[in-house]
Amino acid sequence: MYFESLAALWDMDGHGIYVWLAYLLTLCPIIVMVWLPIKRFRQHWRWIEAESRRSGIDVGGAAGESAR
Amino acid sequence: MWTIIHKMGSPPWFFRFSGGLVKWLLPLTVCLLLVGAVWGLLIAPPDFRQGNSYRIIYIHVPSAVVALAGYYVMAFAGAVSLVWRIKMADVTMRAVAPVGAALTAIALVTGAIWGKPTWGTWWVWDARITSMLILLFLYLGVVALFEAYENKSAAARACAVLTLVGTVNIPIIYKSVDWWYSLHQPASIKFTGESAIDPSMLYPLLLMIGAFYCLFAVTVLLNMRAELAWNHRDASWLKQLVQGT
Repeated sequence: MYFESLAALWDMDGHGIYVWLAYLLTLCPIIVMVWLPIKRFRQHWRWIEAESRRSGIDVGGAAGESAR
Repeated sequence: MWTIIHKMGSPPWFFRFSGGLVKWLLPLTVCLLLVGAVWGLLIAPPDFRQGNSYRIIYIHVPSAVVALAGYYVMAFAGAVSLVWRIKMADVTMRAVAPVGAALTAIALVTGAIWGKPTWGTWWVWDARITSMLILLFLYLGVVALFEAYENKSAAARACAVLTLVGTVNIPIIYKSVDWWYSLHQPASIKFTGESAIDPSMLYPLLLMIGAFYCLFAVTVLLNMRAELAWNHRDASWLKQLVQGT
């Protein structure tokens, strides 16, 4: 490791504020870029699951009706 | 080769293929980003002129490089969409646009932060920086245009035209530092000839560029899967997949 202490790593000879701010402002959009499509996919997946369960019950119900 | 391209046009095949790919590509991306960031922040030596502020290159350069490469992907998808009217090309275009916009924004913001200690200013209307800002507007324009149309086929055609017209901006971005007097430094990594950067700083940079390419690929795949899941919500192949889980 180049830095001798955590304080030196944080300060980076006065440039720490710029470096850490840049990394923080990169990390946040990266997390959003990965999290948003996963969230959207899960929502769609649950919707399809619920829809096929509902249509499955409907089909069962219709079959039950016709059997009676 | 043609078989793979042909298969890529099939949503069920692509959906299954991308599901397997994302499972290992996402952890690989996280590992590469972590190793590259730790290497660049903690292990690489400081620059003799810029000091430690140069460590921003480990995110600034990869995000800019991949934002530019991403535009080629979007332009290629746009051309395929216009010529062959393949739906998967529309999905690709729509998936790339927000990712490209985010990467361009990262490149601009980190560049501005780097500019402050290096040039003494956050922003200058420099050829390279202004053309990157235009790139951001092009990506955002594609995102907005897709949302603006009710008819998604018409939206895809409009976006494809915008994307193809916007490709003019890409060589301008690349060559802006050579064509105009610019505060922005010329490229330090060269494909031909020796790079103007020490190997101790170059290797983590190359690793981070690889990591950002993986990040681009994985986020585009995730966006495409979310889009496909919604577009094909009534398709039997997708219902079978859902019921199988």
